[in-house]
Order: sequence, then structure tokens, then C-alpha cells
Amino acid sequence: MLRRFELRLPQFLLAIALMLMGLVFILTLRSNPLVIADKNLTSLAVLVSGLIFYTGVLIIVSMFQSETVLTIALLLPSMVAVAIFVYGFIGWSVRVSLSQWKGLNPDYTFVGLKQYIALFNNDPRFIIDIRNTVVFTVGFILGCLILGLGLAILLDQRLKGEAIFRGIFLVPMSISFIATGVIWGWLMNPATGNRITGINLIFQTLGLKSLISLWHSSPQPWGMVFTIIPAVWQLSGYTMALYLGGIRSVSEDLREAARVDGASEFEIYRYIILPLLQPVTLSAVIILGHMSLKIFDLIVALGNKDIRLDVPGIYMWVTTFDGTNYARGAAIGILMLISVAILVVPYLVQNMRTETEL
Amino acid sequence: MTRRTVLHTFFYIILIALAIVYLLPIYLMFLTGFKSISQVDLKTMWSLPNAGLHIDNFVAGYKQLAPNINNSLMMVIPESILSALLGSLNGYLLAKWKFRGSNLIFTLILFGMFIPYQSILIPLVKFMQAIQLYGDIPGLILVHIIYGIPITTLIFRNYYAGIGTEILEAGRIDGASLMGLYRYIMFPLSAPSFAVVIIWQFTQAWNEFLFAVILTNQSHWPVTVALNNLAGSQLVQWNVLMAATLLAALPTLLVYLFLGRYFLRGLMAGALKG
Repeated sequence: MLRRFELRLPQFLLAIALMLMGLVFILTLRSNPLVIADKNLTSLAVLVSGLIFYTGVLIIVSMFQSETVLTIALLLPSMVAVAIFVYGFIGWSVRVSLSQWKGLNPDYTFVGLKQYIALFNNDPRFIIDIRNTVVFTVGFILGCLILGLGLAILLDQRLKGEAIFRGIFLVPMSISFIATGVIWGWLMNPATGNRITGINLIFQTLGLKSLISLWHSSPQPWGMVFTIIPAVWQLSGYTMALYLGGIRSVSEDLREAARVDGASEFEIYRYIILPLLQPVTLSAVIILGHMSLKIFDLIVALGNKDIRLDVPGIYMWVTTFDGTNYARGAAIGILMLISVAILVVPYLVQNMRTETEL
Repeated sequence: MTRRTVLHTFFYIILIALAIVYLLPIYLMFLTGFKSISQVDLKTMWSLPNAGLHIDNFVAGYKQLAPNINNSLMMVIPESILSALLGSLNGYLLAKWKFRGSNLIFTLILFGMFIPYQSILIPLVKFMQAIQLYGDIPGLILVHIIYGIPITTLIFRNYYAGIGTEILEAGRIDGASLMGLYRYIMFPLSAPSFAVVIIWQFTQAWNEFLFAVILTNQSHWPVTVALNNLAGSQLVQWNVLMAATLLAALPTLLVYLFLGRYFLRGLMAGALKG
């Protein structure tokens, strides 16, 4: 592997100096915590010292004339970070989920799948969560796809002001789920009578009394259905942008050829463009699907932890940090991970295969 | 009128109607924010402010959120810059220096972008407590940088993959090393991608809620946590709440308004190759 080592003395000395510096910093920090402006930054300082040390290592590695080794050495910090914070922590969570840890003190006594069985067998709240997630996911994906595709086709008509409309439909994408939840919480205010407000007030003023709704406070499962509205408001523009990109990549020659053959505009969309958009739909389903399976902040801001609008993301939070049932909380987290993995992993593997072939 | 003009008029009507629906919530935030306190009434929430524009609500909202807006800024600025630097290096290596298994490593890194963070939350909290970075902004910065590695690497990798290898080969003939090629050829070409990634990370971290609520204590809450808390409290008038929501959303709205092109590219990159 290592073909050749080429010693360059000045750089070598620099490397040694950096490594020594890093080590000295770390040793100093062990006994002297670094506190700046009331913030304990010791760990960050250790991290930086470690990186200084590692820079020295990298300089020496670069003297071996192997670019592959250097590439891996340069990628290593990120790889280690992801290995620990993603895979290591998932493993740790799995271990917690197989334990009986309840209360503030860790208790890793192995109890097998007890937590998972309890969630499915005698936890009505978790069953509600699953139902809510399914309702939300199906409605959210369908809503975004239909509205997104519709908007994309409308904008594909080369109308004047296309860019302005596109910009407007994407505005919601730039604000947080929390802000969306707060605003829509007001718009979908269920108050009636003297305190009627929000969209209900518009309906009342327009004389559309039959449309006045309790919104997300409706009896289940309809309450959950209404949480889809703000989510679709926020992400249909994104779906539109995905579809518009797909439509625009269909060559004009192909469309022109179809026109010459006597196809109507409708037929061009139906028989040429839509089939070509399947990969876009797949991407959109995966992106939107993984978002909705882990939906959390929107529902928090909208429902204020209303149990009727509960989803696994919120239940995990409440169980773990309010109820200190760590083992159960970890099990919910791992189940969420599995649901996302089922959706995403085949897509990632597929993506990797096509990459490798190139 | 030809059939085409009729059709186009019809399209315009639909588009304008939808545009109104999309803008309604944002319109309401502005509308409410500019009303005077005396004019705040649920009955007239949709009517325009009379008797001039007032900024009392914004002042009141700002008083509520000022420390948190500051916290968010302190977090987001270093976070987005460091994320971009790290992502740029990773993207360059994974796009231009492929080795056996590099695609597998890339895929394993990418997976980190999709995981529900609830599945790593307990270890993360315990770990951050153990290294004494729990409760404050520096810890939150570190967490955002690490969990930002997948998306920043992805955006840069796709960007660098689009730059031809000829230019690198020319650099190699001139004797540049792996890092020299990055320093003198790739990095200077990366400005657009840096804009995309910095804007993306800025928006993400500004809007993020779960890490923020779990990893910081009340005096270090970023703006999303404070806003959610404000919305849940009974003490705040809803007009002030609307103004506060607008203030909390303003930085990312402005970024979108002025740098929308870059924001959109980050958005599209999130869909892998689409």
C-alpha cells in the first residue's frame, strides 16, 4: 500500500510541533478546565487540541506517497463523528430499549423485547400514535403529490409571472415547523360564537356556515386529518419544485414530436410526461415519507401536546424526559428508526449501486 | 378570444387563488403585527389596520424574544460556516478521490440525514452531559455540525462531481498535491456551493426544534423553543404572538427573499439525485 515515504524535514518538524502542542493542550486541560464567559468549554478545547494533534499526523501521512491513505486520513474525523453519533448512539439506544431503565439512574438490566411487546400489547396511546402517523403520512404525501404536480403543470404553461408564483408557493418552506404550527393554530382556532376567529371567521363572514369546523380539535381520527393542512401548506411548494424540475427536463423535441403526431397537450402530459416523472415521484415519496414518519415540531406547536394529536415523536419525548421511562422511550425511538429505515434504506442502496456502476 | 386565452385566463384564476391561500398566513402575521393595541379584536382580525401603522406589537414581541434571537444567531453563524468547511472537504474527497468502499462510506454517512433523532436522543443527552456541553449553545453548535455532515457532504459532493477532472489533471501535471489541488483549484471554484450550504445550514439550524429543546436550558433557548413556549402560555396576547412569530421567522424569510436561488438549490440537493 505505502509505496514510498518522502521525508521533508521542515514539514516533519512542523508536524512534530503540532502533535506536541496538541498533546500539551490536552494534558493541561485535564487538570485545568477552560471556562470562558460562564461557559465550560473544556471538551471543545480538547476537541480542538485533538484536531491540532491530528493535523500533525496528517502532515506525516501526506509524506507517504499514497493518495488513498491520505484521503481516508482526511475523511477520518467525519467518519468517526458519524460512526459515534449515528451508529454508536443507535446501538446504545437499542441497548437502552432492551433494558428496564426507568428513573434517573441508568439500569441496563437486560429484559429482552419487553418494552416493545408492552408498546404493542398494552399501550393504547402507542396504538393511537400509529394510527395518527398512518393517517398523517398518507394524507400528507397524497396532498403534497397532487397539489405539487398540479402546481407544476400549471407553472409549466409558460405563463407570465411564473417565477413570482413559484416563489410564492415556496415561501412556506423557509419558515420553521414551529412558526407554521403557531400561525395555523390561530387560523384553525376552533372557538365559536362570540370568540369565533381565524378561518372560521372568514367562513362566517362569507355566509359559509356549514364549513365552520372544529379543525384539529375534531373527534378522532378527523382531528389528525386537519393537521395535514399546515404540513401540506409548507411542503407542497417543495414537491412542486421537484416536479417542475422533472417536467422541464423532458426535452422539448419529444413534446414537439408528439404534437406533430397529433397528440393534444393533455395527451402529452398523460402519456409522455407523467410516465417520465415516476423517479421524481419516488424521490418525493421518500423525502416526504421520512419527514412525516418523524413529524414532531409541527404537531407540538399546533397541538400543544394534545394527546389526541399524539405521534411517536412526541410520545418518545414525553415518556423519556417527562416520565423518565428511558427504556420505553428508547424503544419508541428505535421503532421510529425502523419505520424510516424500511422506507429509506432500499433507496440509498439503489442510489449507491448506480453510483458504483458509473 | 381563442381557446388558448380562455385556458390561460382559467389557469391564472387558479394560480392567483392558490397564491392567496399560500400567502394568507403570512399576510395575517404582518397585518396583526402592524395593528395598534386598541384595534386588536378577534372580530376584526382580517381587516386592515386603521389609524396608521403601529409597531407596538413588534416591540412587545421583540422584548419577549430578544435573548433567544441572540442565542439563535450565536449558534447559527459559527455552525453554518464550520459545517460548510467540513462538508466541502468531505465532498471533494468523496467526489474526486474515490477508493474501494468510498461509495459505501458515503452511503453510510448519508443515512445519518434520514434518521429520526428520537432514536439517538437518550445517548446524545447522556453523552453531552458527560462531556459537560449540555445546556448551552456551544454543545448545540457541535451537535448541529455533526448531524449536518451528511447533507453538507452530499451537496458539495454533487457539486464537485460536476466539475470536470481535466482541470485537476492539469493541476497534477503542474505538481500540485491532493490538498494543493483542493486549495488552489477546487476551493476557489466552490463559492456557489458554499452559498448553498451555508444558507441551508443556517435555515435548518435556525428552524430546528428537537435538539434545541432537549439540549439547552431555559436561559440558552434558541428562538424556536422560546416561540413555542410563548405560544403555549396564556399570558401573551395573540397579536403580540403573531408579531413574535414573524420576528422569529424573519431571518430565514429574508434569506429566502434575497438568496432564494441558493436556498432552492439546497432544497433540491436534499432529494439526492432526484
